Amino acid sequence: MQKSTVGMKTLTLKRLALVGCAAAVALCGCSRQSASITLAGSTAFQPFAEKLAEQYMAAHPDIGITVQGGGSAVGIQSALSGAAQIGMADLLELPAEAQALTSVVVARDGIALVVHPANPVTNLALAQARAIFSGTLRNWKDVGGADQPITVVSREAGSGTRASFEKLIGVVKLSPDALVQDSSGTIRETVINDQRAVGYLSHGLVNDKLKMLQVDDQECSTDKVIAGTYSLVRPIFLLTKGAPEGLAKAFIGYILSTNGQQCIQRNGLIPAQ
Amino acid sequence: MKARAEKLAQRILLVIALSAISSLILIALFIFKEGTPIMVKMGLRRFLFSSEWEPQAGLFGIYPMIVASLWVTLGAMLIGAPLGIAGAIFLNEFVPKTVLRIVKPAIELLAGIPSVVYGFIGVMVLAPLIRNHLGGPGLSILAAAVILGVMILPTVISISTDAIGAVPNSYREGALALGATRWQAVHMVILKAARSGIIASIILAMGRAIGETMAVIMVAGNTVKLPHSVLNSARTLTATIAFEMASATGRHREALFAIGVVLFVIIMLLNSFATVILRGRTTRA
Repeated sequence: MQKSTVGMKTLTLKRLALVGCAAAVALCGCSRQSASITLAGSTAFQPFAEKLAEQYMAAHPDIGITVQGGGSAVGIQSALSGAAQIGMADLLELPAEAQALTSVVVARDGIALVVHPANPVTNLALAQARAIFSGTLRNWKDVGGADQPITVVSREAGSGTRASFEKLIGVVKLSPDALVQDSSGTIRETVINDQRAVGYLSHGLVNDKLKMLQVDDQECSTDKVIAGTYSLVRPIFLLTKGAPEGLAKAFIGYILSTNGQQCIQRNGLIPAQ
Repeated sequence: MKARAEKLAQRILLVIALSAISSLILIALFIFKEGTPIMVKMGLRRFLFSSEWEPQAGLFGIYPMIVASLWVTLGAMLIGAPLGIAGAIFLNEFVPKTVLRIVKPAIELLAGIPSVVYGFIGVMVLAPLIRNHLGGPGLSILAAAVILGVMILPTVISISTDAIGAVPNSYREGALALGATRWQAVHMVILKAARSGIIASIILAMGRAIGETMAVIMVAGNTVKLPHSVLNSARTLTATIAFEMASATGRHREALFAIGVVLFVIIMLLNSFATVILRGRTTRA
C-alpha cells in the first residue's frame, strides 16, 4: 500500500512538471507581438512616456507600445537584459553598468524643494538645503521660519530622483532621521499634511497644495531651467542596447521631434534642447 | 469502470493538492537558497544585531528593523487584543444571539478592506492627530500600531467568538447556579475554558501584524534608525523588502532575501505555536 502511494506521487509530480512547462510555453507564446516595444524604468518619466506612446499609437494603429515603471535601476537592468527595448532613467550620471548601453537625453526635469503652504520660508541657499538634508540643520527658525523642528522627507535608496537630488545639492549621507517614502505621490501627501516637512519631487508633479521653495533666489520654473539659472536639474535618458533600431528608433525619433518635445513641455517637463 | 473513475478523481485531486503544497515548498526553498549565503558570509550575529543598514556601503545590519517590527507588532497586540477579546465576550455573553449573527459578519468585513485604505486613513487622519497632540513627525510606530491594531480585530474577534461559543452551555449554567454573577461566570469559567482558542487568535493576529506591509509603509515613516520612543518613525522588515527589492542587485538583493528568511522563520514559529495550542484544545475537549 505504501509503495503504491509513493509511486503515484512521483507520477503526479512528473505530470505537474509537464503542466508547468506547457503553461510556460503558452505564456511565452502570446507575450510577443510582431510590432510592439516595451519601455521600462523611471517612474518620473513614466506618465510622459505613456502620453507620448498614446499619441504615437493613435497615429500608427498597428503598433503596440507598453510602458512600465519600476524605477531607474529597473530601466537600466531591463535594457541590459533585453526585457525592455528601451530603458528609462532619470539619473544625473549613468552608473558604470549602463556604459554598455546607447543613451539619448529626451527631456530635462527640475527637482523642486517643496514645503507646506503655511510655512513662511520662501528661499533656501543651496548650502542650507544641504545642511537640512544631511541632518545638521534641524530647526526652521535657523532659516527664517517658525521655531519648530524640520521633518526631512526623502525618497528611498535606489530612486533616481533621490540619487540626482543628493548629488546636485551635495549630500553625502542623508539625515538618519529622515522619513522615507517610496514614490513622488506619497512625498507630496506627506508634505501637504505636515507643516514642518520639507521634501523634493519632480517639478512636473508639484500641485497647488504645495509651496515650492526658491533655491539661491531662483524659482523652479520651466523658464529658469531653460535659462540655466535654476540649479537642481537632471536629464532623462532613454537607453537602448546598441544603436536603436526599427520601432525603438522610430519612437525615440518621435519623442525628439517637435511634436514630441511640445507634448513633453505641455505636460510640465523641460525639452531636451 | 466505476473504480477507474474513482481512481481518476482521486489522482486529479492529489495533483491539485500537491500543487498547492509544492508552491509552499518551492517558495521556502527559493527564499532560503537566495537568503542564507549572505547570512553565512556575514555571520548571523552581525546580520541580526548590527544597526548599520547602508546597502551602498555594503553594510547590512537589520537590528533596527527587527526592533521596529517587534515594537509595531507589540503595540498592535496591546491595542487589538483587549479590544478584540472584549468584543468577543460581549457578543457571546451579553447580547442576544441575533446581534452576534449580524455583528460578527460585519466585523469580518473589516478583513476585506484593502490595507492601502487603512494606510490612507492613517496618513490623512491619524498621523496629523499624533503630530499635533503628541509631537514627533506623526508618521510613527504609534500610528502603525494603532492602524494594525484595528486591522487585526477581525482575526481576534472571529476566532475568539468561535472559541467562546464552543464552551458548553452547562459550564455557564453551572457557574450561575453556584451563585456567580454574569461577569464572574465569564472571567472565572468561560475565559478559562476558551483560553486556548483565544491565545491562538492572538498568535494568528500577531502573524498578520508582523507580515503586513502596505499599511505600515504608509504610516510608519520608514526611517532606518533604532527607535527610542513610540513617536519615532521606524522601518519594519517587510517595508525594507518592499522598498528596496526593485532596485537591489547582488549582495543587497541577497540581504533582502535574508530578511525574508527571518520573517519566514518568525511567522512559521508563530503559526506552529498557534497550531499546537489549537490542537491542545481539541484533544482536551
